[in-house]
Amino acid sequence: MPLGTHKATLFGVAGVSTGDVVLLSTQTASGSASITFSSEIDSTYGEYIFKFYNINVGTDQATFHFQVNATDDPGGGYDTSTITSTLFTVYHSEAGDATSLAYNAGSDQANGTAFQQIGGSLGNGSDESLAGELHLFNPASTTYVKHFYGRDINIFYNDYAFADYFAGYINDTTAIDDIQFKVSTGVFDGTIKMWGVKN
Amino acid sequence: MAMTLITTNTSSDAATSDFTTGIDSTYKLYIFKFIDINPATNDKNFTFQVNATDDPGGDYDVSAITSTVFESEHYEDDSIARVRYEPNDDQAQGTAFQILAEGMGNGGDESLAGEMYLFNPSNTTYVKHFYATTNAYRHPDSSRQTFAAGYINDTTAIDDIRFQMSSGNFDGTIKMYGVG
Repeated sequence: MPLGTHKATLFGVAGVSTGDVVLLSTQTASGSASITFSSEIDSTYGEYIFKFYNINVGTDQATFHFQVNATDDPGGGYDTSTITSTLFTVYHSEAGDATSLAYNAGSDQANGTAFQQIGGSLGNGSDESLAGELHLFNPASTTYVKHFYGRDINIFYNDYAFADYFAGYINDTTAIDDIQFKVSTGVFDGTIKMWGVKN
Repeated sequence: MAMTLITTNTSSDAATSDFTTGIDSTYKLYIFKFIDINPATNDKNFTFQVNATDDPGGDYDVSAITSTVFESEHYEDDSIARVRYEPNDDQAQGTAFQILAEGMGNGGDESLAGEMYLFNPSNTTYVKHFYATTNAYRHPDSSRQTFAAGYINDTTAIDDIRFQMSSGNFDGTIKMYGVG
């Protein structure tokens, strides 16, 4: 059966509701340095879900990551919001000779303002990519920090199945309305969809 | 996956958040979303328990739960960063409220967000599975992601669920969605 038959079901159609989860935006990167969602993040939804489809980095061992701008830094450089986060990984090599479940101390932040890692040391082979999701809760709140968590599965540069579990909070009570995804070096291909969960 | 919003409970300095209607055979999966849960008392746990249909109006104290909990935590001062199993938060056929997040902070900007899946609660053949993911701003100024999962070891249907802190009141919103 051709994919087209179920494409809308699988990937959604912009502006169309799947029950109380609404697809707000789809962006496709093709040799792009970044993808930015700078509209439609507001108090309409209590939770935003970003889905990553086939993120393929241009440079081997690049990191896929995100950062935000708060509303008091419109058009900012995604470099002032402090994040405290965790990240642990599970991996298995294709050769079957390496497995692990461990905290990844190099990929977390303690009130840091860097881009938060989603997946690191990604392979750039033509069939290698990352898939996953990020949940961002109540970004319009002006009372509380902004919690997030997500997971992904990717092909590590040396041919490992690599699963990341990341979480944390943006330690800011200012509303957030702008999020950027990019790679640590070079460009990338892939699709990111932003969904809103109705209040 | 079509999700339908069934109920929104908004708590303001409340002791509990109960969902006593809307849990039946209409949906095979119920998803609870936790938005900015803020406890009144520092260092308290966010928890849940159920009443089965053979204990209507019960005290949420007889349903046996066997569960697992593991967490990943990082302190803002970078002094602790880890992932580990939490043997103090699980249950082995216990009837206590199940911990979904431990030691939350009660600061004005401190809160919890997350979700819990409860599968097929109206089933009368099988135990009832659940799993939850939360992220909390904890009392020592740390970020902790908690993964709780398990089953309510009862073949009686469940139609009533309560969320509460281990002590004291809380603010926040809990939404219940039905799927399929």
